[in-house]
Amino acid sequence: MDFMVFQYPMITIQACLDGLLLGILFALIAYGMALQWGVMNIINIAQGDLVILGGYIAYFMYLYGIHPAWGVIVSPIIMYFIGVGIYKLVINKVVDRDLFISILATFGISILFMQLMNFAFGADVVLANSGYGTTMLFDNNVTLPNSKIFSAFVSIIFAICLVIYMKKSKLGRAIRATAQNARAAKILGVDTEKVYAATFGINAALCGVAGALISITFTIHPYMGLPYTIRSFMIVIVAGLGNLPGVAMSGMGLGVFEEFADYILGTEFRIGSVFLLLVLILVYRRFKLSRKREYLK
Amino acid sequence: MNKNIILYIGILIFGLVAPFIFPAFKVQLSILCVLIVLALTWNIQGGEMGYNTFGNILFYGLGMYLCASVQVGMFFPLAEWTESGGEKTFVHTPAQFFQGMAVGLVVAAIIPTIIAGLIGYAILGLRGHYFAICTLGLGVAAGEISGGIEIIGAGQGFTTPPFPDVGGLEARGEFFYLLSFGALVLTFITVRAIYSTRFKLILNAIRDNEDKAEAMGIETMKYKIIGWMISAFFCGLAGGIMGGLVGYIDSTDVAFDGREMGVFMVLMAILGGKGTLWGPVIGATVFHIFKEGFWTFFLGWQYVALGVLIVVIVIYFPEGIMGWLREKYPERFGEVVDEADRKAQVELK
Repeated sequence: MDFMVFQYPMITIQACLDGLLLGILFALIAYGMALQWGVMNIINIAQGDLVILGGYIAYFMYLYGIHPAWGVIVSPIIMYFIGVGIYKLVINKVVDRDLFISILATFGISILFMQLMNFAFGADVVLANSGYGTTMLFDNNVTLPNSKIFSAFVSIIFAICLVIYMKKSKLGRAIRATAQNARAAKILGVDTEKVYAATFGINAALCGVAGALISITFTIHPYMGLPYTIRSFMIVIVAGLGNLPGVAMSGMGLGVFEEFADYILGTEFRIGSVFLLLVLILVYRRFKLSRKREYLK
Repeated sequence: MNKNIILYIGILIFGLVAPFIFPAFKVQLSILCVLIVLALTWNIQGGEMGYNTFGNILFYGLGMYLCASVQVGMFFPLAEWTESGGEKTFVHTPAQFFQGMAVGLVVAAIIPTIIAGLIGYAILGLRGHYFAICTLGLGVAAGEISGGIEIIGAGQGFTTPPFPDVGGLEARGEFFYLLSFGALVLTFITVRAIYSTRFKLILNAIRDNEDKAEAMGIETMKYKIIGWMISAFFCGLAGGIMGGLVGYIDSTDVAFDGREMGVFMVLMAILGGKGTLWGPVIGATVFHIFKEGFWTFFLGWQYVALGVLIVVIVIYFPEGIMGWLREKYPERFGEVVDEADRKAQVELK
């Protein structure tokens, strides 16, 4: 444990910038989770595995000589259909049941995906090299890979597009109506089954975008899915459902927290600190609510 | 009642002689005993109390590390032991081994119980899926953090003391079988005893409607914590035995193995039928047989099979084997069935 962070302000700036750019990616994944949670009332443990799968699509394009940045376009298209497929096979049977059923069922999907990806792509840590170079700031004291700036930029564009789509399009209105009251939406002629399938598909597509960006900026590995699920869950419970600025803010906050945990505690405790933070946040909120004799719903 | 006593004595005798009848399956039978213990203790939370926990793996892993650490640390410096890894620089004499194991198991059961009591107030205030995700995070965090602690082997793992040579007798399998069978009998008797008291009714009241239970004057938090402490006690014990049986402890692959053991205990209890006494026992047995068959014949595809199995059980078979039997033969479960009503229902279908 060393406290370099406080002695050298450049490291603080480095950690903050890295964390903010990373946090934007987390926020994108968390937005997908908030969407499906709000609309279908399911918690998807396989969220992180969808992200990793999206990353592998970009990585494969890179292997076959296509620039991995095109994965940002290709990966969501493929992932949309995979998402709709998962919905038709499994999720539609757990939508209106107990939340624990959805947690356990998607846990099963997560294990399945993990192992299938392990077979298909091998257990190595891989990275799609974008060749964007790096930017040096503050007299070469802070290094900022351009791919991280690119990924944050693309995530913001996708988030804005999605918000506009949800506001203006017919499907977006149907999704919002279903989220408010599925039964009433059904009565008024919304095909909720289709809306659910589309929601899960959009969520998977968002995961695909995030995964492609992660494969460019960081590394991907078949077993790295669960931390992404936990991060997005954490962001959603801090921000609340349907609060997009909140999701972005808490996503960036989490990113900064992680970078500092990495510097102060050491890389081996990075994932552990994320999971511990989840427990602490939940316990904090539980104590805060229990003063009013309420509990997290 | 009479029939039940004969049944229990029959099972007890079969359990005691089983390793001598099937000597090739000693290790498998020991693992089965540990699995049944885990399923029975998960059922106290998931089945009777309605708190679906993924976090009982925390106590299991803690027990595993504690038992092995005490067993080594009582006689030798722990840090040097873990540093030497597989190279055996220290050798336990038989007396040291058994003494260490006995003390280790007691510690492995007591400390997780205390920890469950300490964190219980904070964690058990969460409900439903928040509780499930929080305990999932707890288990994974414990695995990740213990994987970074040097004195218990960090990433390279912890080798538990090898079974000593007692006069040239090869009794390792029998010893661990009897230990795990003993733990199973102890757990079953305890669980059966508490299921026949008011305690079980309180747990069921918490499951059915916690707010109402509280309004009726039951201190639900107290009973939730006690229930969790009972689970933690037996999970820790099972973990300590399993650590000695496996002979090697790794933080994320053996001890805090949320992807295997942590899901297995949920799955076994659901497969057998949660909220019943015999459900977890039957579920664990069926699951273990299936798992071993699959693990042997389709090596490498086991996690694929596990994933599919979880989805299929959860979606199509949430009531479990006992639930299915109950629906089929309600008379045997003490439910009064009106014949005319039943016929009318069949006609309706």
